[in-house]
Amino acid sequence: MNLWLILAINSITLGGLLFLLSAGFSLIFGLMRIPNLTHGSFFMLGAYLGVSFLHANFGFWLSAILGALSMAAIGGVIERLLLRRLAGQELAQVLVTLGLSFMIADFCLMVWGGDPIPIETPDNLAGSVPILSVVFPSYRLAVVAIAVVIAALLWLMIDRTRLGAMIRAGVDDPQMARMVGIRVSRLFSVIFCLGAGLAGFAGFMGGPILSVYPGLDGDMLPLALIVVILGGTGSLLGALVGSFVVGFLYNFGQAVFPELAYVILFLPMLIVLVIRPQGLFGRIAS
Amino acid sequence: MSKRTLRRRTFLKGAAAGAAAGAFAGGFAAGFPWAPAIAEQAPIKVGLLTVLTGPLAQGGLQMKQGLSLFFEEKNYKIAGRKVDLIIGDTGGNPAGTKAKAQELIERDKIDVMCGPLAAFEMLAISDYVIEHKMPTLALAGAENVTQRKPNPYFLRVSATSSQAMHPMADYARKEMGLKKVITISEDFAFGYEQIGGFQQVFEDEGGRVLKKLWTPIVTPDYTPFLAQIEGAGLDGVVQGFAGSNPIRFMQQYANYGLKKKYPVVGGETAGDDALLKSFGDDAIGLVSACPYSYAYPSESNKRFVAGMVKMTGYLPGFYAAALYMDGMVIEDALKKTGGKTDNPDEFMKALRAVSVKESPRGPFHFDHFGNVVGNIFIRKVEKKDGKLANPILKTYHNVSQFWTYPEAKFLAQPVYSRDWPPLKS
Repeated sequence: MNLWLILAINSITLGGLLFLLSAGFSLIFGLMRIPNLTHGSFFMLGAYLGVSFLHANFGFWLSAILGALSMAAIGGVIERLLLRRLAGQELAQVLVTLGLSFMIADFCLMVWGGDPIPIETPDNLAGSVPILSVVFPSYRLAVVAIAVVIAALLWLMIDRTRLGAMIRAGVDDPQMARMVGIRVSRLFSVIFCLGAGLAGFAGFMGGPILSVYPGLDGDMLPLALIVVILGGTGSLLGALVGSFVVGFLYNFGQAVFPELAYVILFLPMLIVLVIRPQGLFGRIAS
Repeated sequence: MSKRTLRRRTFLKGAAAGAAAGAFAGGFAAGFPWAPAIAEQAPIKVGLLTVLTGPLAQGGLQMKQGLSLFFEEKNYKIAGRKVDLIIGDTGGNPAGTKAKAQELIERDKIDVMCGPLAAFEMLAISDYVIEHKMPTLALAGAENVTQRKPNPYFLRVSATSSQAMHPMADYARKEMGLKKVITISEDFAFGYEQIGGFQQVFEDEGGRVLKKLWTPIVTPDYTPFLAQIEGAGLDGVVQGFAGSNPIRFMQQYANYGLKKKYPVVGGETAGDDALLKSFGDDAIGLVSACPYSYAYPSESNKRFVAGMVKMTGYLPGFYAAALYMDGMVIEDALKKTGGKTDNPDEFMKALRAVSVKESPRGPFHFDHFGNVVGNIFIRKVEKKDGKLANPILKTYHNVSQFWTYPEAKFLAQPVYSRDWPPLKS
């Protein structure tokens, strides 16, 4: 009984963290049709940058925000200088983002070293909360709360603002959007910065749970890919649902079939790809 | 061709001839009657196969630091020969290991090889090393390389995977009084061999292993496994995590309130001294067994620790110590052969015959498979003066890879694996 309860709660908390990571990926893929393979590196670099801010005594939450803003800036530079020149050449964009991920990984190894850096849970969230018959770390619950808040804010932006309307138009049909006078290229920059910033924020938020270490990018990227493919690209609801689905698959799959851990994760994604290529809530085929 | 070119060519030819004559004359004057001595002065080429990039880089860097420190202390000269240390980065994968090994052995013509780090790397080059008769002092703990499929060019100063877990089980059973435990480790050979070793000794002494949990090597979140740690009569948890996984595991273990319920007992990598700088307070209370401890009070160790702290700013762990001792063993063997490394079989014999009295881990020697016999230390993580410390609780002396089992009996049983020893359910 305790086992299932812990797994259920943790599925939700892992889902929350995955949402923060994947929302940006989904938007970037949906709008720009770029499978941004640097996304895992954004997660990791954001975490490392946040760590440096933390060690410079900026405090936990401020460091998280500064890390996110730094990643947004870096994302913007990458988009403007590299990806924009390759507009329309999808293979080249994939290769560039892949190459960048290797470069960022080596850069992080050079600057922050090979030892994993644990991030201390902020004091007011350091304890555990009793839920029914089990004890659950407060910080993980806080991550879910933050993910929900950010999901709400993103939804508000996309559904209720003009910017959001332009993004939705761009996702549905970029050519028509251009014809109607929407500066799709500028949207690309905004979305890429937003995606990178969110990923960086997620990286730092995940720090007290996962710690920050070389290889973090490679560990998180496949999960983001599964979330987005399962949930559907370009759809925030898809990213949300996909994150919780993957959270559940990860926790229950690992507990019940540990030898088949990766099969459990990837099999549903494969099934969805075959039956419904655009994902559960997606608008375009991946 | 102009006159100028011809003249330049002639000049160059003349200069070359002159230089050659001069060198010959110089050599003649300096060494002709002592020619054999010049041949012996050729530097000994020591190759180091380690991991400097990728996720295993943290351990690989420590290997490089340990070996470099030893040679620096000796001013890169041992047994009258200069040392040429050539380092190869395997990238932490078997293909890279093979490629670098080939470079070091065939291109750089090394005389002796230290490393590689991981068991799967060692297995990739085991046959190659035998074929090229390359004395190899590896860190990798893969048991069969010194047991059922012995490699004659292999020497291990570190330990087999289970060597430290045997006394750990004895300590857990006799001194901590644990009766029923759950084990958790990564789902690969190093994990199986550690846990298998623990289980065999623990159950032979009357304990019982209730469950064996295996995690993927890369597990960001251990929750699904931590949630399974419960059982009637359970009084301890045994972990064999390696690399940086112990840090995350101990943190998440404490987060779920398990730290207050069941003490954790670990292997040589679980409580490695090099992790003390990264562990949080969640690791306090972790008891582990390791062939090396920074707290061991030998003169040699005090010097080693001081040197490492000066070089890196942190306490050294098992990897650095093992490579430092590799250097000691190479030096001792070289003294035995009078500085000669031209006959690999003779050099190998000298290496295996090395018996050290004074070292950072105390006295040690090798069994006839080339595996070390020496001290194993039981330590416990504590907080002292606001910093984490890992003092020694007990020292087991002269521990071999077979523990107290007769060698023939041990070799007759299968190698420790996921299902062996089987659970007594």
